[in-house]
Amino acid sequence: MADFEVVIGLEVHAQLKTESKLFCSCSTRFGSEPNENVCEVCSGMPGALPTLNAKAVEFAAKMGLAMNCNVSLGSIFERKNYFYPDSPNGYQISQLDNAICQNGYIEIPVGESTKRVGITRIQLENDAGKSIHSQAENLSYVDFNRTGVPLIEIVSDPDMRSAEQAVSYLKTLHSILLYLDICDGNMEEGSFRCDANVSLRPRGQEEFGTRVELKNMNSFRNVQRGIEYEIARQEDLILDGEEVVQETRLYNAEKNITASMRGKEEAHDYRYFPDPDLIPIKLTEEQVAGWKSELPELPLEKRARFESEFGLPEYDANLLTQDRAIAEYFEAAVGCFNNPKKLSNFMMGQFMRELNERSIAVADVALAPEHFAELVRIVEEGMISTKIGNDVLPELMEKGGSAEAFVKEKGMVQISDSSELESVVDEVIAENPSEAEAYRGGKHKLQSFFVGQVMRKTRGKANPALVNELLQKKL
Amino acid sequence: MSITPERVAQIAKLARLELDDEKQRLFAGQFEDILKYMDTLNGLDTAGTEPLYSPVEQPTPLREDKAEKRFERDDIVSNAPETDGQFFIVPKIV
Ligand SMILES: [Zn+2]
Repeated sequence: MADFEVVIGLEVHAQLKTESKLFCSCSTRFGSEPNENVCEVCSGMPGALPTLNAKAVEFAAKMGLAMNCNVSLGSIFERKNYFYPDSPNGYQISQLDNAICQNGYIEIPVGESTKRVGITRIQLENDAGKSIHSQAENLSYVDFNRTGVPLIEIVSDPDMRSAEQAVSYLKTLHSILLYLDICDGNMEEGSFRCDANVSLRPRGQEEFGTRVELKNMNSFRNVQRGIEYEIARQEDLILDGEEVVQETRLYNAEKNITASMRGKEEAHDYRYFPDPDLIPIKLTEEQVAGWKSELPELPLEKRARFESEFGLPEYDANLLTQDRAIAEYFEAAVGCFNNPKKLSNFMMGQFMRELNERSIAVADVALAPEHFAELVRIVEEGMISTKIGNDVLPELMEKGGSAEAFVKEKGMVQISDSSELESVVDEVIAENPSEAEAYRGGKHKLQSFFVGQVMRKTRGKANPALVNELLQKKL
Repeated sequence: MSITPERVAQIAKLARLELDDEKQRLFAGQFEDILKYMDTLNGLDTAGTEPLYSPVEQPTPLREDKAEKRFERDDIVSNAPETDGQFFIVPKIV
């Protein structure tokens, strides 16, 4: 890629976590029976009038504030006109130049440093429904439950220069949405969706190349692979002297290719115009200032504070702050046992492994942060070994309760009594005369063999430092 | 801007309307007249005037975010061109 520069802009659709739809009071619940959450407004009955959801406005404005945007005090809704059965009005209510949030930016992690990505605008709009197509019957079955669910579309400036940067931007956005608690972020169920505009230009050229819009990438990994494929495809075309066609292409995860949606786009002429059913959204400076004061500490700020206040390495701080619930759990644990690095090691290791393996969230963990802190403390104090600490953590996470009481009840407390250990060490040496001979002859590497034997006999409960000390004395 | 019958046909197609040649010519003329009227307005000096998106001056009425079920599914799908009691059924789209 020496000769070309990649230019990527992203459009992210995030479903807002409201109870009711954007313009009617139907429930937004996912997974209801088809057409259970539908009324005259969201099924597009003639004459039905929309009334705007106050919460959705607040959420959109908060996202804008978290992304350093100007929040417009008088934004307007536009109709985007197109015919498709899952959009029963014949248009989508959306926003354009006069969107609720404009001209922002966020910092995204890129390698060791950060990069600023501009935000063109954040627009409020309603989602479309879902349809199932039957080839055999030549019919489509339409479900309007999702029709009218509030979305924000976050449009970035074309500031990203690689697939990695695009994914880093997406992850940053995703994490801000979860911190604000305004979107559940589920990519597979479609509550967080991403389209990418990808183009190439000769390095040093000001003007953008022809861009292709990529859709259908429903995981961070697919975004990365889809964009990488598209970059390679466009590069091949240009090097072969062919033209890149401006079009929409769908990513196919199974084949790892992008394929043209040929023809479907040509007819698109959305004929936007201000929606006469909706008057401008009027906000006051006081309202916006109030929302700004309600913003939580955001991931990047929290990460910086974890580094400075807790002395954590950047790697730890980054991992611990991606999910707000994990960050808060960690902080609560630090409040009970002030050894951030040891807590961080357990948290990033066995704790997160267990979350991943069981596909659960921190909210599902029965172990209170104070008892997690207790476990790490008793490891540090030598009451149990690190290995036993890791072994008991999954069960504690599932059942909760005091870590100290748990290990005592299970008889897992480390043997730090030298007289008790001495007899085990003697036994092990007696049972392995030839190894003992070799050790005395200079094969000091055998030390770990003896430690292992002692651990086996004590089922891992022997204090390793003490075992080493005793072995050296006895051998 | 001059509106041709071909342009009318294109707009009609986007709106899923079928117009015969005579209607296309008729509407082309009417479109022209409307646009000419707009041109007259364009002649006004609007520098320093805020764009007006709605003649209504009161603030946007906002609704509290509360879910409410106002219809049974049967009420809703009874308006469908065709239904199996669950879905709106339409000619296949893809
Ligand atoms: Zn509704």
